[in-house]
Order: sequence, then structure tokens, then C-alpha cells
Amino acid sequence: MTAFLVILVILLFGISVWQISRIFRLAQIKSTTHSDIASDEDNNHQGYLMLAFLAFIYILTIVSFWLWYDTLLPKSASEHGEQIDNLMLISMIVIFAAGILTQWLLHYFAFVYRGNKTKRATFYADNDKLEFIWTIIPVIVLAGLIIYGLFTWTDIMNVDKDDDPLVIELYAQQFNWKARYGGNDNTLGDANVRLIEGVNVLGVDPADPNSQDDKVVTEVHLPVGRKVLFKIRSQDVLHSAYMPHFRAQMNCVPGMITQFAFTPTVTTEEMRQEDHIINKVQNINEIRAEKSKELQAAGEEPLDPYEFDYMILCNKICGISHYNMQMKIVVESEEEYNAWLAEQPTLAEQLSK
Amino acid sequence: MSAHAQAHAIEDHHEDHGHHHKETFVTKYIFSQDHKMISKQYLITGLFMGTIGILMSLLFRIQLAWPDQSFTIFEMLLGKWAPDGVMDPSVYLALVTIHGTIMVFFVLTAGLSGTFSNLLIPLQIGARDMASGFLNMVSYWLFFISSAIMVFSLFVEAGPASAGWTIYPPLSALPQSIPGSGAGMTLWLISIAIFIASSLLGSLNYIVTTLNMRTKGMSMTRLPLTIWAFFVTAIIGVVAFPVLFSAALMLIMDRSFGTSFFLSDIYIAGEVLHHQGGSPVLFEHLFWFLGHPEVYIVILPAMGIVSEIMATNARKPIFGYRAMVASILAIAFLSTIVWGHHMFVSGMNPFLGSVFTFTTLLIAIPSAVKAFNWITTLWKGNLQMNVAMLWSIGFVSTFITGGLTGIIVGDSALDINVHDTYFVVAHFHLVMGISALYGLLAGVYHWFPKMFEGRMMNKKLGYIHFWVTAIGAYGIFFPMHFVGLAGLPRRYYNNTSFPYFDDLHDINVVMTLFAIMTIAVQVVFLYNFFHSMFYGKIGPKNPWNATTLEWTAEQKHIHGNWDGPIPHVYRWAYDYSKLNKDETDYVIAGQDYIPQNVPLQDNEDELEH
Repeated sequence: MTAFLVILVILLFGISVWQISRIFRLAQIKSTTHSDIASDEDNNHQGYLMLAFLAFIYILTIVSFWLWYDTLLPKSASEHGEQIDNLMLISMIVIFAAGILTQWLLHYFAFVYRGNKTKRATFYADNDKLEFIWTIIPVIVLAGLIIYGLFTWTDIMNVDKDDDPLVIELYAQQFNWKARYGGNDNTLGDANVRLIEGVNVLGVDPADPNSQDDKVVTEVHLPVGRKVLFKIRSQDVLHSAYMPHFRAQMNCVPGMITQFAFTPTVTTEEMRQEDHIINKVQNINEIRAEKSKELQAAGEEPLDPYEFDYMILCNKICGISHYNMQMKIVVESEEEYNAWLAEQPTLAEQLSK
Repeated sequence: MSAHAQAHAIEDHHEDHGHHHKETFVTKYIFSQDHKMISKQYLITGLFMGTIGILMSLLFRIQLAWPDQSFTIFEMLLGKWAPDGVMDPSVYLALVTIHGTIMVFFVLTAGLSGTFSNLLIPLQIGARDMASGFLNMVSYWLFFISSAIMVFSLFVEAGPASAGWTIYPPLSALPQSIPGSGAGMTLWLISIAIFIASSLLGSLNYIVTTLNMRTKGMSMTRLPLTIWAFFVTAIIGVVAFPVLFSAALMLIMDRSFGTSFFLSDIYIAGEVLHHQGGSPVLFEHLFWFLGHPEVYIVILPAMGIVSEIMATNARKPIFGYRAMVASILAIAFLSTIVWGHHMFVSGMNPFLGSVFTFTTLLIAIPSAVKAFNWITTLWKGNLQMNVAMLWSIGFVSTFITGGLTGIIVGDSALDINVHDTYFVVAHFHLVMGISALYGLLAGVYHWFPKMFEGRMMNKKLGYIHFWVTAIGAYGIFFPMHFVGLAGLPRRYYNNTSFPYFDDLHDINVVMTLFAIMTIAVQVVFLYNFFHSMFYGKIGPKNPWNATTLEWTAEQKHIHGNWDGPIPHVYRWAYDYSKLNKDETDYVIAGQDYIPQNVPLQDNEDELEH
């Protein structure tokens, strides 16, 4: 019985809600003003907000530069990188000029021509001359950028054999990097994943005479001012060898050898003395000091102060530890480099151990 | 054939007026063949998927701002993937993968194109329905099945696909390389294969309908720009999607049947695999042959919607109609020959890189023409700041900002150092993600009365929704460019495992705070949408005083759209504020627009557009 009454009450309540909403609906149909269509007052408010939004975009840009300029990459540490940075600067100037102008026009027009019952819009459907102008201007600007870009690109990607570059193999695997130097003959021995066995983790062919003096290392050292040609392999999935300070990147593709060449121009020591890097390292160390305080409060070891080093990062999603796949690169003088390399064991020595 | 069908429809309509179809709940709301209902089904499914996709981005944004910290929300939503509330690295990759997949395919392809092509093509060209209502229904239900499979894949034991939305093999082919490449990846591939079938059926229908079923007088040059955009989008879809299908099929073969299309020389988990001779670069070519046109499949409908809404609310014709059509065609053509700009550093021949740089930067030209034409459409207008108009202006703003950085990422020499960094993430989110979403939202606010029988969405809530989103979107993605230029690769679970990027912490927090704000305000939209669906105030039949045919159709939905005969068309879609010969008043005195179905008046000049 109570169940029946409850159902009845719910039913009646439902019907009354339905009827009330119908009454409201009928009442609305008769009304002639539609409160959900923009009125002149709305047009006015929204017009001013458009102007305010324009200010927001400009301020956001300025504040971003002011706050985060220090986090950006320092000047290029390679020869071709200077060309890239130059092209980047020109492109940025074009972009900022075009962006600031068009955003201003867009929002300013939205403000000035905000609607009003007394106004009349101008019937203006076409103007071939205007359209020609803003077709031809991008054509000219882009033609310039394309030509500059293509020359730079070809310059970077074509490796001249006469330069006698230092040949180094970069070897990627989940989730670390290795490098192999060609040794005295500067020639890498053949390698294939099918030959991976024991300490021969790169699958170098021990029967190839070129492989005997190869040196496998876990840290790349480069002599400053000498062109280096990276031959890049991967043993499992796609990785990408990304060396941001040298403006260098190439994917590591299982089944093929890719390559990228550049000439380092700034040693690690010199880069550490750059103002931009000094600022950046100082910011990072302030953050680390904060963290150390927290760690010490929790009874743990504090963090060591950070010192700048070049690095190679993995820049193609490669699995769970993608975010921490990196290797140190050291750029140093020819003598330091030779001394370091001499200390490294050759593959033949490693295999005979 | 179509003429016959149309004639039949008209006849049918006149014979048994009012009770020509016995509609049951199932035929009306579930297996409906009516384009208006199918459009709503697409929209609501798209909004549902969008909610999932956006909530995922909330989770990984929180992780990026406060890495290694414990959050109850992680524990609640991720369960075993967040032991003690700390997000696991593998689920981070799963989240970014599924976020990308859902947003690109399920929200911005099906949700945007599916919704508005279905709603507007028949209504704006003056047709009673799509060429094939049945195929249209099948198309939606395939989309539904593919969505269901994608959502289901989130719950499999080893986790959903997590190789990135681009699913490059070998990572996506080998379960040994990442847990998500097991059952999760299989479901992903099945889901996308069904999605492609759905998309093709839909696209073919849109193309046939646009070509064959235009009402009398609706020549191609009188089509509203929305229809041009949907039509060309459908063509790109038909050209590009089958290639993704073949790539997916070959990947399935490599995964399950031991073929070596994409795999060669692999040593993983302590053993050498038998695969020999395949190339992952081949997969990249096939993927991006769809993948790049895909971003135009996403953005062109938004451009069409924005053009239409902007002209209507500016009370002015769209500036340069022919140039707008030509640029749609140019963009569509170029979009199919630029895919290689995703692969400058993939190991392909550098000469190809030069070719793709050239074609890529060419796309900037029609895009620039479009941007200038939109701005000129506002010039000397009488702008009615309806909510849809705000989204349209917002669209132009984000499209410009995001598009300009395309000059950098599209240039092979510059791409070397920004490729796969957050700079790219910022670029494509602004230019195709945010812009296309703005287009979608503009369309929802503008055509809501058409979808829900005259009910209108609340204006005030709409204004709040727009402004908070507009500020938030720039707040997230503008600072993101700096993170990219600092050299941080994308898809990093955190940037604090080694010290070099520690100083990006502040930017990450700022971006995440803006993201939380932006995502929170979407609740206002969802409330407004669903509340207005039932309780929205009914507005006039033609609330925005627009010229296009959909507003001449019945406000109450009937099968066949027009109660009487189909209207004929006598003019283009943009006769806003046209003056009479003496320039004393508008052509129709006191009314600043002339609907397309009004014949040429004695007191006006006929203009060539």
C-alpha cells in the first residue's frame, strides 16, 4: 500500500512538473524578445572584451619572454647551428610581425565594428586588388624563407667525404645509448643484431678486420673543430638521437643506418662560461637547493650541485623509460680527446677478456 | 537515381501528410535514418568521447606539473596504474596516446564533420535527406562500435595502446617493447579499421548528396562555404583514409602473422627476432599519407563553419567568396602532397625533405588568404556578438597564432631542432586542436536551435564559457612554445629525471593551472548544452537572421525537412546588408538580409560573385 502511494506521489509530481514546464514553454513562445540573442548592450560589452583580450595576448607574450627567456637553449655549439639560429631569428621576426599585426586587426575590428541597431554594415563582397596584394606578399616572403631554408638544409645534410670526418656510431637500445669509435683506421667494423653475444652488445662482426680496433664507450667525446659523422643504429624500436645544443637530430631506425654530421665549435668548458648557461645553471641550482632542504628534512642525502654538460636525448617515444634515455657528450681540445680515447679498450681487448 | 528519389520523396510527402512514417522509439532515436537525428547522435557521441579525451589531458598535465607526487584523483581513476596515487610511467604514455587518438579521430573528425555534414548538407542545399539514409545510419553505428571498442581497450589487463597516437612500429608491433602493444594495440587497430569504414561511408554519402541533390537554382557557386568545406573534406577523406587502412592491415599482419612489412633486424628482450627486410619508414609514409590530410579533414569543416557564422553575424557578405572556395580547393590539393614534413629526420632521403619543405610552405599562401579574408569580413561590419561569433573570432586568432609557427616546423632546416619537442605540440594544438574545437563549439552554439527544434542555448553561460576558454587556451599553449625551444622532447613522463630541464617546472605549473581552469569551465558548457536541450527557451524560426535554407525548414523536426515543397534558390548565400538601386534602404525595406529562396527583386542589381 505504501509502495503504491509512493508511486502515485511520484507520478503526480512528475505530471505536475511536466505541466508546469509546458506552461513555461507556452509562455515563452508568445514573448517577442529573445534573451539569448545578442542585444546592443551585449555587442558593446563583448566589443570591449575583444580589446581587453588583445591586450591579454600581448601581455602574455611579454611576460613569457621576461620569465622564461633564461630557459631557452644557449647559442649553437656547432658550425651549421649558427645558420639554423640565423634562419630561426629571421622566421621569428616575420612571425611576430605578422602575428602582432593580424591579431591587432582582428580584435580591433571586432571592437570598432561592434553591432548596433542604428548601424548599417557595408556590402563589400570582393576586391581583386586587395586579394592579389595579400596573396603576393606571403608568396614573396615565403619564397625568401624557402630558398634560405633549402640551402641551409642541403648544406647540413650533404656530407663531403673529403672533409675526412671522425666516424662515430651511435647505438640506441631501450633505454640507453652507446657509441662506437672506428679506432685508428677511423672505419667501423660491420655489425648486425644477429651477432650480439655476451660482451659484444653491439653485434659487431669480430671477423671483420676493421672491427678489431673499434672502441665501444658509454660517453661521447668530441674534439672541438673537427667534423664528426654519426652513423646511427637502433637494435629494437625507433629512437631519435637529439643533440639540442648542436642543433642536430636524426632518428635511429632498426634495419637501417642513418647519419648526421656536424662540427662542434664550443668546448664544454667554454659553454659553461657563457652568460646564458651561467644563468640557467644558477636557476637550476637554486631549485636543487630547495629540494635538498626538503630531502634533508626527511633525513635523506642532499642533491649535488648541477654542472652543465652537453647531452644526447632520445626524442622518439620508445617505451616506458623514454623520458630518461640520455648520454653525456664532452667537447674538448684535440689533446684531451686523444688522451681520453687512448684509455678506452679496443673491441679485440674486450672480447679476449 | 537521386532525382527520382527526391521526386519520390516529394510525392510521398504530399500523399500522406503528417503520418507517412510510423516512428517507434527505436527507429526515431536509435536506428534512425533521418540526417538530423544522426547528426545529433554524432554530436553526443563526440562530446562523450571528448570528455574522456580531455579528462585524460587533465591527468597527464597534473603529472607534468607535479611529478612523482601522490594524487587521490589518480588513485580513483587509474586504480592499479597509480599505486599510492603516483602515476605509473606506462599509463602516462597510454594517456597521451589515447588522448591524441580520441581527440583527432573521434572528436574532431567524427564529432565535427559527422555532426555538421549530416545536419547541414541536406538542409543547406535544399534536400529532404541524405542520398542514402541507410548508409548514413550504418556509418554512425560503425562509428559507435569503434568508439565502444576504443573505450573498452582502456580496461584490458596490460593497458591500452601506448605507442603514441602515430603508433610507429616496431614499438606498436612488439608487446615485448611496451605492455600496451599487446591486446590494447590489437583493439586500437580494430577500432580504427571500423572507424575508417564508418568515415568512408559517411564521406561517400556527403559527396553524392552535395553533387546530386541540390535544389533548383542551387548551383555550386551559390553553395554556402560550409557545404564547400564539407564536400571537399569528404573528398580528402575518401582519398586518404584507405591508405591508413592498408597501413593498419599490414601492421596487423606483422603483429599476428609473422610478416615483415615494417620490421627488420631487431634484438629485444634477449633474443633476435626473425623479421628481416621491412622498414618502419614505410609505415611512417603510409601513416602520414593519411595523417597529414587528416589535419585538414579536421580544420576545413571548422573553416567552413566559421566563414558562415562570421558573415551572418557581421551582417556582411563573406569577403572574397571565390577566393575562399579556391583556397579550400588549394589547401585540399596541397594537403595530399606534404606528408613528408613529419619525416624530415626519419632517415628518408634529404632530397625528399627539400621537396616537402617546398610544398609545405606553399600551404601558407591559401591559409594566409583565408585569414585576411576573415579579417576583412569584419571590417565595416555591424557585428552581432552572439556566442557563436565569439568562437569564430577566437578561431581566427588561434589559427593565425598556431599557423605562423608552421613556418618554422615546416622548414626542414629549422625542424631539425624543434622536431618532436613541445614546440610542435604547441603548434598543432593551437592550429588544429584548439581552432577546430572552436569551430565545433561555434557550430554548436549557432545551429543548436536547428538541432533541438528552436531551443536556444543560454547566452550568458556561453559568454563565460568562451572567455575563460579563450584565455585558458592561450595560457596553456603559448608558454608551451618556450618549453619546446628549451629543447624538451615530447612524451616525457617527467622532465626532472636529470637536472638540465629542472628550470621548466614553473612553466609546467602555469600551463597546468590554465588547463585545470579551461577544463573546469567546460562543465558550464555541458550543463548549458544538456539543460538547453530540454529547457532552452524557444527562439524565432530564424534566430540569427541568416540567409541560408536551413532556417526556412520547419522548426519542429519532420522527416523531409520542409512541410511543403522544397524551396528554390535564386541567389548566393551572402546577401547581407545589400542595398537597393537608389541606396536608400536595404533591398527588402527594413530587413538587412535576403534569404536564398527570395527571387531577384526589381530594385536590386544582380551581382557576379
